[in-house]
Amino acid sequence: MMLSLLTIITGYWFDIRDLSNLSRKIEELIGDAGGPDWLIFVVSGLLGAIGIISFIGGVAVINIWVERRVVGRMQSRLGPNRLGPFGLLQPVADAIKLMQKEVLQPATASGLIFTLAPIMFTVPGIWLTAVLPWGRNMTLASLDSGVLFLLAASSLGALAVFMAGYSSNNKYALFGSMRVIAMLVSYEIPIVMALLGVVLFTGTMDLGGIVLFQEKYRVFMVMLQPLPFFIYFISVSAELNRTPADIAEAESEIVGGYHTEYSGMKFGLFYAAELINAVVVSAIISTLFLGGWWMYKLDELVPGWMIYIGKIYGVYFLFVWTRGTLPRFRIDQLLAFAWKWMTPMAILNLVLVAAEVLIWEESGWSAGLLLPAYIVINNALAVVTIYGFMTLLAPKFQRFPARLRFYPTIDVPSLPAVAAVDAAGGGPRAS
Amino acid sequence: MPIKSAPVEVNIGPQHPSTHGVFRMVAKIDGERIVDVKMVVGYLHRSMEKLAEERTYTQNIPFTDRMDYLAAMAGNLGYCLSVEKLAGVEVPERAQYLRVIFNELQRIASHCMATGTFINDCGAWQTPVMYCLRDREKVLDLFEMTCGARLTTNYMRIGGVAFDIPEEFLPALDHLVNDDLPYRFEEYDQLLVGNEIIMMRARDVGVVTPEMAINASLSGPMLRSAGIAWDIRKADPYCVYDRMKFDIPVGYNGDAYDRMIIRIEEMKQSLRIIRQAVHDLPDGPHKTDVPLALRPPAGESYARVESPKGELGFYVVSDGGPAPYRWHVRAPSLINLSVLKEMTVGKTIADAIVTLGSIDINVGELDR
Repeated sequence: MMLSLLTIITGYWFDIRDLSNLSRKIEELIGDAGGPDWLIFVVSGLLGAIGIISFIGGVAVINIWVERRVVGRMQSRLGPNRLGPFGLLQPVADAIKLMQKEVLQPATASGLIFTLAPIMFTVPGIWLTAVLPWGRNMTLASLDSGVLFLLAASSLGALAVFMAGYSSNNKYALFGSMRVIAMLVSYEIPIVMALLGVVLFTGTMDLGGIVLFQEKYRVFMVMLQPLPFFIYFISVSAELNRTPADIAEAESEIVGGYHTEYSGMKFGLFYAAELINAVVVSAIISTLFLGGWWMYKLDELVPGWMIYIGKIYGVYFLFVWTRGTLPRFRIDQLLAFAWKWMTPMAILNLVLVAAEVLIWEESGWSAGLLLPAYIVINNALAVVTIYGFMTLLAPKFQRFPARLRFYPTIDVPSLPAVAAVDAAGGGPRAS
Repeated sequence: MPIKSAPVEVNIGPQHPSTHGVFRMVAKIDGERIVDVKMVVGYLHRSMEKLAEERTYTQNIPFTDRMDYLAAMAGNLGYCLSVEKLAGVEVPERAQYLRVIFNELQRIASHCMATGTFINDCGAWQTPVMYCLRDREKVLDLFEMTCGARLTTNYMRIGGVAFDIPEEFLPALDHLVNDDLPYRFEEYDQLLVGNEIIMMRARDVGVVTPEMAINASLSGPMLRSAGIAWDIRKADPYCVYDRMKFDIPVGYNGDAYDRMIIRIEEMKQSLRIIRQAVHDLPDGPHKTDVPLALRPPAGESYARVESPKGELGFYVVSDGGPAPYRWHVRAPSLINLSVLKEMTVGKTIADAIVTLGSIDINVGELDR
């Protein structure tokens, strides 16, 4: 019954498994009516853009609830549960509150940049969603240089943070933005090198192509490339300013860092953009490493974009989990981590991948033979390097674990004898 | 060519999430390093020592709640001990045991708060502090059961305690001490003590050397982390602490991490003391009758207790009247804070925040 229904709707515009049918249908209609080519292009582009932006807008609202609720559970409390069913209307109330608030701007702030910064921070995150493959044939802009675009756009966020911190004319904000720049310089390198491993393996920079590669060889990239997954996840959580590495806002140290001086909806934009960026990064991870919309046989039954969103929220849960669990690094430790740990590991992985790809192309051995071997080799390398770096670069504290002494009794030095207070003469001055 | 830059002066506080109240640190910062620190205290000064000179001895007990509001019982006890010493009041056996029980419960509550907020200062996103507050709440429930108040208990009286414990108190305490908190402290051990990020953040940060500690007259976990075994409960026993068996945990390095694990260990030792006190709890009156307008003979007395923060001393001078002639509090928060400059100069801002969190100051007590 179910299958017959599926065969009926397959290929029609209302087939929810491939939403691009709708846009193709409209294109056909316009083409039949003799509409010009640019109109087809604009209409289908707008359709996709509206779909994606409404998804992202919904994400920015609902993720406030998701994050607070999940972290609430981790912190052995309930989280927001008063407004609406399960507290679902809480983000709406938050948004209304933020919009009502007065937008304050310090008199000494540099006005234009101060206003531009939150916008600059939000926009690149939305750009990134354009190149993501939401399903088969469901990419808005299928760029041949998708990964390059992704790297370029994602580092723009740091510039916006620097603009915000520098224009606020506040010392804490300046500290925050300087930290962001230091972190950007350090963490871009491992990120690029980690993604380069994936690009080398798949032979394409198109994100849709990377998913197709994983579908073709029926393997998730995380199996072939565990080390880049690990590196990318950690580096990107540093770039996202999430808790193990949120030194740029570091509430307990520099009081929110770059957004110290922001209030009202300008602050709301920063807040929303942070959630959007987290989801976009989860989407990138699920595209590059977890197969995107492809999931063995499941994507023939369930719409690919649903699988994709499921994976996105799976990865997003990992981000929330680390945020709810770990304390923050100090900035020098975080930068040392990037230079001493991540970068060498990424270089090592890159060299190995290059050799593996060379063997694959030159030897002519089948993928069925080579890929399992590569999976074994790369996973072994990941385990060995992580363990090796942990023991090689272990800080002093690991060699001297915590210990205490216990004293059931203590020595009390005998005090010189003090004459007992004479009640009559030793009292205070008579008042 | 090295780039020369002038140090930036940053006000950390009085409105700052990590100063635990309205304490202000004026830090001169060169990049991320702290060059100089100036402490500004007094934002919460309520002139309690002067106010007390206008009130009777019993009326002054609520002031001691509002000094260290996270360890109200310890303040109550220290003040009552000093007045009892001055007036020569005998305290019944049962009251002494109850005082020990409530003080150790208060120590658990205060150390829970200190540990949780310390990890928060290390940058955790509220999770450890929520766990610690969860356990603190259970202790406060017991306080509420006994004296009706959770925070400012006002429970001790001159000559005993205000109320005897209710019927349901001992079963609830038994459940808490034997079935609940030991497992929670195990959890702290697993989650906090072995946490590598906490080690990275707290090891070798805010180091106190034994010489520094003695010169500055530090006390409590600050002193014990520096490797000096000193505890008023052992050195100058009050109430019935000399009948209790417990150990004093002492650290090696004097850093923030040692202070954290000492606090966690002290909570476990407090459980030991409570078990013994409950086991030995005698019957009898909970209070000797003391006139409300007590007029101790002219003279002076000093009594000290081991509050969760350190040595909390009360110096009371009487001129024979119904109100103290002079009242001075030796506040451990203030004295422990005095080494902040030595601990933070040369470290980063993040380290300074962790150091301040590990001192466990309470601004109510700091400024009084």
